[in-house]
Amino acid sequence: MKKTAFIGALTVAGLAAGMASAGTLDDVKERGTLNCGVTTGLVGFASPDANGVWDGFDVGVCRAVAAAVLGDSDAVEFVPTTGKTRFTALASGEIDMLARNTTWTFSRDVDLKFEFVGINYYDGQGFLVPRDLGVSSAKELDGATVCIQTGTTTELNLADYFRSNNISYEPVPIETNAEGQQQYLAGACDVYTTDASGLAATRAAFENPADHIVLPEIVSKEPLGPLVRHGDNDWADVVRWSLNALIAAEELGVTSANIEELAAAPTGNPEVNRLLGTEGELGAMLGLDANWAMMAIAAGGNYGELFEKNIGENTPIGLARGLNAQWTDGGLLYSPPFR
Amino acid sequence: MSDNNSVAFVRTETLPQLPPPASQAGAVKWARENLFSSIPSGILTLVSLYVIYLLVAFVGPWIANGVWNTDSLAECREVLDGTTGACFSVISERWNQLLFGFSYPVEHYWRPGLAFILLFIAAAPVMFFDLPRKLLIFTGLYPFIAFWLIWGGTIFTPLFALAGIMVGYLVYSRYVKDSFAMGFFGGVIAAFIAWYIGGFIVGAIAPEEPFLEAVQSRNMGGFMLNMILGVTCVSLSVPLGIVLALGRQSDMPIIKWICVCFIEFIRGVPLITLLFVANVVLAYFLPPGTTFDLILRVIIMITMFSSAYIAEVIRGGLAALPKGQYEAADSLGLDYAQAMRLIILPQALKISIPGIVNIAVGLFKDTTLVSVISMFDVVGMIRGPILSSTDWNGVYWELFMAASVLFFVVCYGISQYSQWLERRLATDHR
Repeated sequence: MKKTAFIGALTVAGLAAGMASAGTLDDVKERGTLNCGVTTGLVGFASPDANGVWDGFDVGVCRAVAAAVLGDSDAVEFVPTTGKTRFTALASGEIDMLARNTTWTFSRDVDLKFEFVGINYYDGQGFLVPRDLGVSSAKELDGATVCIQTGTTTELNLADYFRSNNISYEPVPIETNAEGQQQYLAGACDVYTTDASGLAATRAAFENPADHIVLPEIVSKEPLGPLVRHGDNDWADVVRWSLNALIAAEELGVTSANIEELAAAPTGNPEVNRLLGTEGELGAMLGLDANWAMMAIAAGGNYGELFEKNIGENTPIGLARGLNAQWTDGGLLYSPPFR
Repeated sequence: MSDNNSVAFVRTETLPQLPPPASQAGAVKWARENLFSSIPSGILTLVSLYVIYLLVAFVGPWIANGVWNTDSLAECREVLDGTTGACFSVISERWNQLLFGFSYPVEHYWRPGLAFILLFIAAAPVMFFDLPRKLLIFTGLYPFIAFWLIWGGTIFTPLFALAGIMVGYLVYSRYVKDSFAMGFFGGVIAAFIAWYIGGFIVGAIAPEEPFLEAVQSRNMGGFMLNMILGVTCVSLSVPLGIVLALGRQSDMPIIKWICVCFIEFIRGVPLITLLFVANVVLAYFLPPGTTFDLILRVIIMITMFSSAYIAEVIRGGLAALPKGQYEAADSLGLDYAQAMRLIILPQALKISIPGIVNIAVGLFKDTTLVSVISMFDVVGMIRGPILSSTDWNGVYWELFMAASVLFFVVCYGISQYSQWLERRLATDHR
């Protein structure tokens, strides 16, 4: 008797929970804050400052979505996740979206039942070498000792690359990025390899960054993007188009500086008008206010502004736009049209 | 005959005392005996001195040249300009994050600070028996005060929690005369009923703007989190460990086997696994949306873990007592509870002190493991937010040194206390 009552209670709780989580968008609106999963800290992408305010490139995506849905870029509860806890946090509903430089792979998308809504950073594995080594291309690294994080895709990429170029290397297994940094500086290995953005951040932290160079070869594809749970397409649309709004804004020349002016009245460019809600019904289709995209862009600026502010060439990390330039500038950023 | 002997010289006063020969006194003697007693010993002494010199020559300037007031690592390196020196400015800029985590509201830092000071007052009567016993009342109230100070929110929550315990105790003391089991379970049930009802009342009467602003669990961090986890888990796991140890020795098979299974299971599983269960796996079992406080989950897991170990230490203490002590207790006509309380446990616990302290120190340091389940204790703060900030990426020694100092102070304090306690309780007249 007791047991059946208990199971019954569990079922009811499960059903109620199932119903409650049917619409993430409604949940977020009702709650008044967006629960956004970020890293526990990655230079330039997400880290809290001395006052505990989160800042970074991934954080910018969270803030943009919060601004689009709730009209307030500070209405975000940042939930720090590690590489091990990030997927369970999302699957269990603890967070509404994950913006934690997560690589979009087949198995994560299909098997883990997540929905990658786009790509906010095209990364790839690169090589960091001391300038003294006198190497200008990864193909000259025959016989080099390479510091590499064990159990990661970078390890497999490295093996593939060296084998296909028919050159040999000696791996020095390391556990964490911090350890790799120390080993590399101590001279335990000639080359340090990980994602290019990570290499840039690592190099920026060195005492003499100019003594080290990142080789031009990129040997893997690491498309990083925000993701949400499978099965809630309305919410996935909101996150996807908030990201697209940031990218499209840069393409259309909408910046945080001129957005007030452009949104005040319809302009000569119909796509800008549709984006900023002065024309058409795009916001209503998403279940948001007409000025949703304007709020998202005003939160931290368009994609280019976020990039420059957090990881661009004027920051200590100093990443070039490279693949992350607009398609009109020879990059891969290509937002579908707002119509 | 001897009377006539004329004595040419008789000293009328005593000689002034001479200092002992230089080689037999003071530092020289000590050095000869301890440092240069033989040739190999002399060589080892010189080598050791050289190593110490190297260490000091390396660490000394590093600390002495330390920079305390720059805003970023790059700036600090500019100030140092190639000379050896530490960038302590990361500590002077981020000390508050190391101590309180990055999201505890700055204007409320006094609350955990006050709770920390009160902790000493609350712990004093437990640790030092010579203090007036009335202070124990404050010790009993301390958990509720500390909870209210650190988490804030309405004061009715801790008040009703306290009321629930009191109701439970009243019921227990009313029925325990008839039967211990009845009193115990009656008390537990009464306490839960009181908490359940209290939950509704608190919900109804809680003011909109509580006197102390509520702070969420996920905003706790830094060394404060290590202290919360360490203090709570140690103080919970000692009584639990005693119960488990006694249960394991019990004659009642079910109780005995429950205790054995629990202890052996927990001791067979790494703590980090239990923490992952607390953080990740429980989230799958609980219906989505229910948020069972993460700190509470972690406290439960660490307490379970350490209580299993403490139970084994206490079992060792129980086993070390001569059988005569048990028989003496029986022959005095004491029942089980009295025998344990008055004869067995005081002696067994005294024997177990070093082991318990050992586990307490280990447990306190193990609280840094929570950094892998994305909680920001002091190590989590260093590895996550501070090292990943653009300003401070690349500072390792200074930060981890600061963390070591914090832990060393606490652990050394615990260890000194336990040595004092052993001396104080020494009754074997060795």
